[in-house]
Amino acid sequence: MSEQHILVVGATSAIAEATLRLWAARGGTMLYLLARDTARVEAIADDLRVRGATVVHPGLLDVADFAAHARAIELAWTTLGRVDTVLIAHGTLPDQARCETDENYALREFAVNGTATVALAGLIAQKLAEQGHGTLAVISSVAGDRGRASNYLYGSAKAAVSTYLSGLRQRLHGRGVSVVTLKPGFVDTPMTASFKKGLLWATPERIAHGIVRAVDRRRAVVYLPWFWRGIMAVIRCLPEFVFQRVKL
Amino acid sequence: MSTTLQSWGRYPRATQQVIRLRDRSAPLPALEGHALPRGNGRSYGDVCLDDGGTLLDARGLDRFIAFDPATGVLRCEGGMLLGTILDFCVPRGWFLPVVPGTRFVTVGGATANDVHGKNHHVAGSFGCHVLAFELLRSDGHRIICTNAENPDWYAATLGGLGLTGLVTWVELQLQRVPGGWFDTETLRFNRLADFFDLSVQSAHDHEYTVAWVDCTARGAALGRGVFSRGNHAMQPTGAHAPHHVRLRMPCTPPFSLVNGASLRGFNALYFHRAPKAVLRASRHYLPWLFPLDHIQEWNRIYGPRGFLQYQCVLPPATAQDGSRELLERIAASGTGSFLAVLKHLGETPSRGLLSFPRPGTTLALDFANRGRHTFELLDRLDDVVAEAGGAVYPAKDARMSGEHFRQYFPAWRQFQAFIDPAFSSGFWRRVSQ
Repeated sequence: MSEQHILVVGATSAIAEATLRLWAARGGTMLYLLARDTARVEAIADDLRVRGATVVHPGLLDVADFAAHARAIELAWTTLGRVDTVLIAHGTLPDQARCETDENYALREFAVNGTATVALAGLIAQKLAEQGHGTLAVISSVAGDRGRASNYLYGSAKAAVSTYLSGLRQRLHGRGVSVVTLKPGFVDTPMTASFKKGLLWATPERIAHGIVRAVDRRRAVVYLPWFWRGIMAVIRCLPEFVFQRVKL
Repeated sequence: MSTTLQSWGRYPRATQQVIRLRDRSAPLPALEGHALPRGNGRSYGDVCLDDGGTLLDARGLDRFIAFDPATGVLRCEGGMLLGTILDFCVPRGWFLPVVPGTRFVTVGGATANDVHGKNHHVAGSFGCHVLAFELLRSDGHRIICTNAENPDWYAATLGGLGLTGLVTWVELQLQRVPGGWFDTETLRFNRLADFFDLSVQSAHDHEYTVAWVDCTARGAALGRGVFSRGNHAMQPTGAHAPHHVRLRMPCTPPFSLVNGASLRGFNALYFHRAPKAVLRASRHYLPWLFPLDHIQEWNRIYGPRGFLQYQCVLPPATAQDGSRELLERIAASGTGSFLAVLKHLGETPSRGLLSFPRPGTTLALDFANRGRHTFELLDRLDDVVAEAGGAVYPAKDARMSGEHFRQYFPAWRQFQAFIDPAFSSGFWRRVSQ
């Protein structure tokens, strides 16, 4: 297999890091990492080099700085020459209670988890379409499948992402570009450190294996782990008069 | 958020806040009260517990930093598992210079407990191969420690039970090997004296030696067991590890499955199944060095009350008589474990102020926690060890008296000056006050 050129946005997220380790260990991979924090992205770059990545370029991008998107993506593209796979993985978990009273905070969180992802996906899709090949994989969430009282700001941002990707996939069909919507369920990461963990929780490593497989197979919509497809099918089917009465 | 935590022995329990560390360049989080860094929590007693404090969970510090394939020098973060390092370095022709009986410990934990392995008589303890590490103190200071640079901090932190600060990264010298296979020999021995003869005979030609001992045998059979020895195979026999069924103890039974009857039955069977004459075999390192790693959560076997592991070392002059005395007391109690281990420790001095490994013979075994009965037995064993001039291993301990600890580790007074003022552990409060 020829060398794989991979760009990851939000490279310091636990799921992205676990996925990068799998890609690095395959050997013959050239990686470009975008993240907010220099020290952390460089620590990850060192790790990936030792694990077997051929070349790793750490880069800086704050996804909330929309004006910086185009330049960061352009730089990644010229550095890598061509890009075979892109993973957009950045995200935060907003404090839902604060979102209900603090509009600025809510909009900022929506921007990071929704608008910024949509903007980056659009920009990258354009580059991939020009190139005529490649896979764009984006981490959405099961939370985007139906709004729930406990985190509907996050959920609605992820719903925007999922819907946007659905349209993008249709638009790029037949043009050599695959769009993969990744929908993890509960994942034990620093983002969810304060949650009580139960049976449904998965490790970032398990999610990472699912992401690598989904990208290899160019799947359209993937639930991670797989059992969330069934759970969400049931939750989506609940009639609204029932749904509004349940606590989820 | 407070959580109830246990160590590998499932005794005692501690209630602590947990903070996960992920970034070695960040200062330690703001702490209220005392704190303790922890790796994978595989030590047995309370050296990795800090009741009422904050646990700094270092498992997220699991990145490689640099590896030089020409010299075998590896630098990685403190929370990396030894198993991850082996997965990485064995295919590249390198091996960890010292491994304990499980690969599920972190580099930081192996450093903080200055662990040893079956090759102690050749390689010394883990700390002998730690070229350098960085210590992060709660006041934000970072201290690079080597044998030459800040040697006092280096010596205090090797075997320092995590109390001197957070070990953010460690640099190790790996050992060149042809592959992941071992040429091994197994034979049984009928009495304790034979173990000592075999240890002497095997020390020269075998890099790894260890013996299983039947802790239920008494009288003429006292100290009978099975001796294993081996060397890294010169030729790689097979490219991959043999496929093993991964077992898991699915739940905690309501009582200990290890009792007088099961113990005597298992041990007799295990002894008689072992070859009378030398049996040679080629074994992969995973089953040979880490047999218990194939049964996940095996520590549940002792039931909800957990167990106490007891590991001591006796100096050469008193080793034979002392271990006979210990085995007699254990056999008379009718308790003990399926796995009891005797091992000859070599002369290579350990580098840590509080390092456990020292020349002599070490005995290790588990006891189901039966309350007062068990604690009294262990106190009687401590009397033998103290009398013989030996020591008990803090990494395995949940109950030794402060008096005994201070006798076993006379450098504890010197060590105190290096403890981070924000750090403490259940073990330390128990033995130092």
